[in-house]
Amino acid sequence: MSSQTPASPDQTPARPLVRFSKVTKRYGEHTVLDDLDLDVAAGEKVTIIGPSGSGKSTVLRILMTLETLTDGLIEIDGEPLWHERRGDQLKPASEAHLRKMRGQLGMVFQQFNLFPHMSVQRNLTEAPRQVLGLSRKEAQSRATELLERVGLADHANKYPGQLSGGQQQRVGIARALMMRPRVMLFDEPTSALDPELVGEVLHVIRTLADEHDLTVLMVTHEMSFARRFSDRVCFFDKGRIHEQGTPEQIFTDPREARTREFLRAVLEPDV
Amino acid sequence: MEWISYLGPLWQGAWVTIQLTLYSTVLGALLSFAAGIGKRSSIWPLRILSAVYVEVFRGTSLLVQLFWLYFALPLAGNAIGIDLRLDPVVAGVLALGLNIGAYGAEVVRGGLKSVSQQQLEAAQALNFTPRQTLWRISLPQAIPEMLPAFGNLAVQNLKDTALVSLISLGDLAFRAEQVRNFTQDSATVYTLVLLMYFGMALVLAGMIKLLEMSVGRWRTVSR
Ligand SMILES: Nc1ncnc2c1ncn2[C@@H]1O[C@H](COP(=O)(O)OP(=O)(O)O)[C@@H](O)[C@H]1O
Ligand SMILES: [Mg+2]
Repeated sequence: MSSQTPASPDQTPARPLVRFSKVTKRYGEHTVLDDLDLDVAAGEKVTIIGPSGSGKSTVLRILMTLETLTDGLIEIDGEPLWHERRGDQLKPASEAHLRKMRGQLGMVFQQFNLFPHMSVQRNLTEAPRQVLGLSRKEAQSRATELLERVGLADHANKYPGQLSGGQQQRVGIARALMMRPRVMLFDEPTSALDPELVGEVLHVIRTLADEHDLTVLMVTHEMSFARRFSDRVCFFDKGRIHEQGTPEQIFTDPREARTREFLRAVLEPDV
Repeated sequence: MEWISYLGPLWQGAWVTIQLTLYSTVLGALLSFAAGIGKRSSIWPLRILSAVYVEVFRGTSLLVQLFWLYFALPLAGNAIGIDLRLDPVVAGVLALGLNIGAYGAEVVRGGLKSVSQQQLEAAQALNFTPRQTLWRISLPQAIPEMLPAFGNLAVQNLKDTALVSLISLGDLAFRAEQVRNFTQDSATVYTLVLLMYFGMALVLAGMIKLLEMSVGRWRTVSR
């Protein structure tokens, strides 16, 4: 499961795997993303932090094609996501193009969104079999391996309703990885969990991301995890990246007043 | 013990009623899914066709539909030189099935609508096609939701079968009328008929309940 892009032949700096260029998203008059520029390199782990309503989920949802964009360009490995090149013009993407692009992305949801009517095993194997056309045997061996990795080998035949929240989210992560995406998107993967279950999920994200050298874009409120895990932290405010940098810089030496304010509020909540 | 002698013909009628109910409920279920899914199709002629079917058959009475199929359709067929005379059983099953299908279509549509947006987003993120999402995600989750309403429709359908006696089909209501005419024992005959319909309705409701339990097993599992 390699997510590395081939080095560009002319040895210019490798182009980003994900690139947002001047992306704007509006709902009516309400601007949710405002001329957003964001690059994610192959193998890079980027976390997005910021106040509620600042557009963090919208970034992931537009990337996963669950939401359209109003303006701007998103590219995956140089290829437009929401557009198709015709000659030197960009046309709105066809459904076939969106399907092709979507196959490179995997998403883990805040509420897990497992299929409640399928066993854990089938939650994992259904899409690889139906969408990727894997044989039953291939899909099952992939599932067995991943369930092992997320510590749920004994739960393959249970329904999601029989699992704890932490276990369900680990299934959610395994389910997304079954498709072998190049980029993994996590939208507050632990926000719906009881505090004592957060650790097991973060641990799984961390070990799998390392093992598979995943490219990760993650929205989270777990600041100490963001600090240990990410190569880069983006602080979002009002639909823009207000400040970004290494975790070290953002958490110990934030330059912007808004960033300091936000971090103070989440790290030392007033009682 | 006069009434025991009534049971033979009544049972004969009940058997016809059971068959009518069975065939027309199956037909109605198929039509329910076809039109209920059609109403949400991305292909507009299918949406229109489904909507017209549902409105026409919900907007007119079953009796009129039955008479139209049995009496008017053959005349219409005559006019264009095709033999459209229907066997009473066929006319009865068609009318009942078409009628129940129109109501069932709304149940199917409502059930599909109840599948959460989050489920559809998960399906899309995994790159399922809309068709795969319908058959593998939406319908399996919606069918257990639909079954109680389908159960009511099936029982309604059972009761509605009595109307086919009006096109001389020998169902339970028809036989009851025959026995009553012959014996003049209205009280006993009608009481027996009441009990028989009630018994059939109980069995039907029980069968739907069993079906509900088997298709919705995942909904009742616990930690
Ligand atoms: N479908 C929608 N219609 C209108 N407004 C929306 C919709 N979805 C999100 N928004 C708005 O977009 C803003 C950003 O939302 P979101 O990206 O979910 O924020 P975050 O994840 O940072 O909390 C919010 O103000 C929200 O109300
Ligand atoms: Mg959010």
